Amino acid sequence: MSAAPGNELRIIGFLCNWCSYGGADTAGVGRMTQPTDLRIIRVPCSGRIDPLFVLKALVNGADGVLVSGCHPRDCHYAEGNFYARRRLEVLKRFLQVLGIDERRFEYTWVSASEGQRWQEVVQKFTERIHELGPAPKITPDQMAMAETMAAQPR
Amino acid sequence: MELLDQLKEKIKERLPELDVVIGWEQGFDPLHATPLFMRTEEDVDRLVFSPLCVHNLASHLTGLKGKKVGIVVKGCDSRSVVELLQEKLLVREDVTVFGLPCTGVVSLKKIKHALGGLDKVASAEFNGNELKVSAAGAARVLPLNEIAADKCGRCQYHNALLSDVFVGAPVEAAAEDNYADVEAFQAKSPQEQAAYWRDAMQRCLRCYACRNACPMCVCRDHCVAQSREPHWMTQQDTVQEKWFFQMIHALHLAGRCTECGECERACPVGIPLLLLKRKINKEIKELFDYQAGTKIDATPPLLSFKVEEENINERGW
Ligand code: SF4
Ligand code: SF4
Repeated sequence: MSAAPGNELRIIGFLCNWCSYGGADTAGVGRMTQPTDLRIIRVPCSGRIDPLFVLKALVNGADGVLVSGCHPRDCHYAEGNFYARRRLEVLKRFLQVLGIDERRFEYTWVSASEGQRWQEVVQKFTERIHELGPAPKITPDQMAMAETMAAQPR
Repeated sequence: MELLDQLKEKIKERLPELDVVIGWEQGFDPLHATPLFMRTEEDVDRLVFSPLCVHNLASHLTGLKGKKVGIVVKGCDSRSVVELLQEKLLVREDVTVFGLPCTGVVSLKKIKHALGGLDKVASAEFNGNELKVSAAGAARVLPLNEIAADKCGRCQYHNALLSDVFVGAPVEAAAEDNYADVEAFQAKSPQEQAAYWRDAMQRCLRCYACRNACPMCVCRDHCVAQSREPHWMTQQDTVQEKWFFQMIHALHLAGRCTECGECERACPVGIPLLLLKRKINKEIKELFDYQAGTKIDATPPLLSFKVEEENINERGW
């Protein structure tokens, strides 16, 4: 179920293997209903996430990017998310001069047992992205691509 | 000219132990200086120093690894040397730093604007804080503060922070940097900003002058802009590829950029690249109270962490 049915947006999620991916699994096993706009990419640790992953997604037309890892002090590798926290915070602020709405990117922490919390995070972020609408297309190429996609039968 | 003579003398003293000393000499016209690689005493006689010596010579250092190198630095250039040493990209014993006090360098773009062009400049001479130029038959006097590079107006380190030999009297002044330029740009809406960068990136030639001029861009042939493995970028000449490259440059310089401004100065199409790097520096200053290139033994903020971060919210949503 997308937040606004029939009008799905592209949201990319980078989730760490040990906590947030597990959390998403818990939500699924618990049959919690979630919006389907999110495409999840599993990474070993939030510390594995190069801020450029996020920027590359945004530059190439993602409508939103969500990063989620283990809660600080709970990292499977002890300190990966401490590094991630610094990088992601700098990245978030960097968006303020890039002409990319800062709200299209968020990072958060969800543990493997927090299925409920995962559902809330996805719901909230997806709603936010729907409020913002599709990301503005940057180039004629992307505009053409967006038009072709829109013209395709669903 | 006293300072220059002292400097030459000191360089000549040290020259026998060094393979090369990097400084500046007069370039192809009166307004341009150019890097000078001194190997003999005669070379040293060609050395010049004035506000026209805009280049950050530290960009040449990593290319000369393994040699005994001397380098002449202004305040801002010395920060690049400090940063390179901190990252262990240079061996301390191999570099001899000739530090200078500096009151500011020019922006050739501003001079060009003031003169209406840079052709036909017959002579240019600094007299205290004024530049006397005669161009196209007319004489003009330009005060340094009107033609100085932007970075000089907010300079906090006029004197070389690191030197084996310091020549001249230290400059007392130090300005504040409140990042007003970044704040002003940030006040624009994302739409306006996006339009601005789209326009700028349309002009980008993908010449990589920005990267090549940067003293901290040390990857050379391994730069991700050209590598196939990892394949971060295609060779397509689209706005988003070029724009993405600037994001890479800025992020790879996060916590390392000393704001020497070489990237922006080198850009042939006048893209304000320093703005991107200053934005990141502003945040790093606020978050971690850190300025790159000021301490050799500092820990880079993005290679460290605190279990409890004072300035980052735990993101409870
Ligand atoms: S990014 Fe630009 S300002 Fe920063 S160190 Fe490199 S050349 Fe200097
Ligand atoms: S120097 Fe300017 S034109 Fe050349 S690649 Fe860099 S931004 Fe593009």
